[in-house]
Amino acid sequence: MLWSLTLITAIAGGLLGYTYQLTEEPIARASKASREKAIQQVIPTYDNSPLDEQMTYTVHNEYGETTATIYPAKLGGKLAGAAVECSNNTGYGGEIRIIVGFEADGTIKDYQVLKHQETPGLGAKMGDWFRTDKNNQSIIGKSPEECNFHVTKDSGDIDAITAATITSRAFLAAVRTAYAAYTESLKGGNHE
Amino acid sequence: MNKTKILLNGLIKENPTFVLLLGMCPTLGTTTSAMGGLGMGLSTLFVLICSNVVISMVKSIIPDKVRIPAFIVIIATFVTILQLCMQAYLPELYATLGLFIPLIVVNCILLGRAEAFAAKHTPGESFFDGLGIGLGFTVALTLLGCVREFLGTGHIFGRPIYPEEYGSLIFILAPGAFIVLGFLIAIIHSIKTR
Repeated sequence: MLWSLTLITAIAGGLLGYTYQLTEEPIARASKASREKAIQQVIPTYDNSPLDEQMTYTVHNEYGETTATIYPAKLGGKLAGAAVECSNNTGYGGEIRIIVGFEADGTIKDYQVLKHQETPGLGAKMGDWFRTDKNNQSIIGKSPEECNFHVTKDSGDIDAITAATITSRAFLAAVRTAYAAYTESLKGGNHE
Repeated sequence: MNKTKILLNGLIKENPTFVLLLGMCPTLGTTTSAMGGLGMGLSTLFVLICSNVVISMVKSIIPDKVRIPAFIVIIATFVTILQLCMQAYLPELYATLGLFIPLIVVNCILLGRAEAFAAKHTPGESFFDGLGIGLGFTVALTLLGCVREFLGTGHIFGRPIYPEEYGSLIFILAPGAFIVLGFLIAIIHSIKTR
């Protein structure tokens, strides 16, 4: 009994170790490629390698400590903007991870939702909702500097997704965190 | 035993979703779209064939008392291999199915077939049983996914059929999964008994 179980688990372990070794590099490559694609989509023009120049900042706000990763975009050595990746844990289904592209002056260029567990058909609409130019839905071309990035229900300037206010709040909180990290990076503050 | 008979048994007579009602958690969870259902079905198909064949090959060296842990180890190994490969080569599908892939380990279809079929038959027969049950599961999940996606968003496999605003959201949510599944089982049952 002991012998046969040991044999089976040993073979299984060996097989898994081998598969892990085989797939380790493609997995790393796939995740790097998807990150690169997301960065390209939110900040189109740059000639440096934002992925290699990434910095992390810690933002303190009402949600506690959040770590944000900044991928600076430079054109001819001059800062043209940045993609900021950060998350918020107060979504309807937990964590919402987004990447937001800022122009040098802090205006939002574009964004992408990297990871979420929101309800399909409701909160999951956030990938398109906040870029659709209808009423006050869109956050594109706005800057958290002059525009209040809260939902209108909380006396902000952005329309929440219909029937998904919790998702909208969490999403906008993540955008505010991203902006805070971006302004921090411009000051050249406490980055690690 | 006749191979075609084993295959058809899994596909129709003992269809895991519509007849045996096994593996309901991934069935209801991943079928919000046709693509999700198809991906989950094919993943389960792969693991089911591999585990069925291997279990029927090693059944004679496993003592009866520890057969369940041994089966679980074999199933879990194949699931992890599938998960790693999917992450490496199909990252987009992995992003949609993510959580449900490791849960294939505890899908009762796999252990059920290992116990009820693979532990008593030859590797060849077990292969066809895995193929039949796996295909039955895939067809059922894809069908369920198509109906839910169509009624909920007006798309099938991401292709628009009618405008999205006429879709009713409930079919994408969990209650809609139960409603569609119930109706599909009723339809299939009435066709079979006729």
